[in-house]
Amino acid sequence: MAKVLVVTSGKGGVGKTTSTAALGVALARDGQNVVVVDFDVGLRNLDLVMGAERRVVYDLVNVIQGVVKLQQALIRDKRIPTLSLLAASQTRDKEALTEEGVANVIAGLRERFDWIICDSPAGIERGATLAMRYADAAVVVTNPEVSSVRDSDRVIGLLDAKTEKAEKGERIDKHLLITRYDSGRVARAEMLSIDDVLEILSIPLIGIIPESEDVLRASNLGAPVTLSNPMCAPARAYADAARRLTGETIEMSIPVDKKGLLDKLFRRRAA
Amino acid sequence: MTSVARPHGSMRFRGRTYMAFALTPEPPVAEWLAQIDEWIRNSAGFFVGRPVVLDLAAVSLSSAGVAHLVSELEARDIRIMGIEGADPAALGPGLPPVLKGGRTINASDLAAAPAPTATEAKEENSLLLDVPVRSGQSVVFPSGDVTVLGSIASGAEVVAGGSVHVYGTLRGRAMAGCNGNRSARILCRKLEAELLAIDGYYRAADDISAALRGRPAQAWLANAALSVAEIE
Repeated sequence: MAKVLVVTSGKGGVGKTTSTAALGVALARDGQNVVVVDFDVGLRNLDLVMGAERRVVYDLVNVIQGVVKLQQALIRDKRIPTLSLLAASQTRDKEALTEEGVANVIAGLRERFDWIICDSPAGIERGATLAMRYADAAVVVTNPEVSSVRDSDRVIGLLDAKTEKAEKGERIDKHLLITRYDSGRVARAEMLSIDDVLEILSIPLIGIIPESEDVLRASNLGAPVTLSNPMCAPARAYADAARRLTGETIEMSIPVDKKGLLDKLFRRRAA
Repeated sequence: MTSVARPHGSMRFRGRTYMAFALTPEPPVAEWLAQIDEWIRNSAGFFVGRPVVLDLAAVSLSSAGVAHLVSELEARDIRIMGIEGADPAALGPGLPPVLKGGRTINASDLAAAPAPTATEAKEENSLLLDVPVRSGQSVVFPSGDVTVLGSIASGAEVVAGGSVHVYGTLRGRAMAGCNGNRSARILCRKLEAELLAIDGYYRAADDISAALRGRPAQAWLANAALSVAEIE
């Protein structure tokens, strides 16, 4: 049965789009049929991170307005055949999204895919509430710092109140994904620890993604980190998180890159 | 006695109306007092704990006469909370204040109304929340206590007519006694509150001792100031 997953956070810049792309790739690599949907109408980015920006012809708003059929707007990934993208419109704003239109698109996607991953815009306004509206489960992306954690808490409250499932009295599954985790800064008490974050948000953890240059590089290359460099620490963390989403039990760890002597020498020289 | 500086002990005044018995003495006063004695013999303790107003419109008494009457009534366990129908200038200090604008109601309604001690014992409504109160959520429950089994997040608020009990961490705002219940308290297992308030008296996080941070604590009203202390 198809599962609609919203990737949300409240705060901007914490890694929603990066995580949507990385989780999408990881799930699709395991043979699942996956579509990633950009809800950030007006500020679209998912197409860039997915490396599909030159292939976008139609987008989510076109489908909602009935200009094109859903099938015409879906962009199939060139590298992974089971992965598709539904881009957002850059020339519109969130007002172009209607509750009924989004419901129809989601229903159409449910027929075609195993996983529908909705990349929510930042904030708690129309775009974000419609991205979570029809979700079965949510990945709450949080950085280990106070403002991000508080915003995530707010979003968890909305997930429990404003989603269709919640309004029917059902519980929406919520998973916590901690990104940009820097163990050095945690040790120096410049960041909240994992325990602090878990204590405040009290939802189950599905992954800890270490802060890494690989992630930024991957985004700029248009290849999600799980695709461009699957053996690096953040890619392994995303792959584990994706498998936990499918119900597998994997022991939680913070993957680290083993650095050789040469790496250290080079890094020092570069710095 | 040393005076303690209270940085946030601001005063609040509120108007409020109450129901009270009005006693109307008639001349001659000595005879009227004998009638009262008769009445008390028949229903002992009737006036105990009840608010009573003395209506002096029917008699003309000097300041000393009023003082004598009030002390006579007090000797019979009748506490006079105010005087009606008298010239404020004619009454000396030490006497109850002069009241105006009273309306007559059916005395049986008043007698049926429970005495103050019974009011406190009346059944309190309460609200139990078994999910955390998330940032941005506001729980308002004016009719009684609120108990939160989880935490109150930073940026969330709980407003209760009675007390607020938090079994998790209180990180947001808790406001107890919002309807003027001064005996309401805030109790939590871990105090990291942004703001504590009881009946309008408040302390923001900055005014709460840093030593209490992360400790089990309670807040209550004492001497028109909000006190916060660790629960041992």
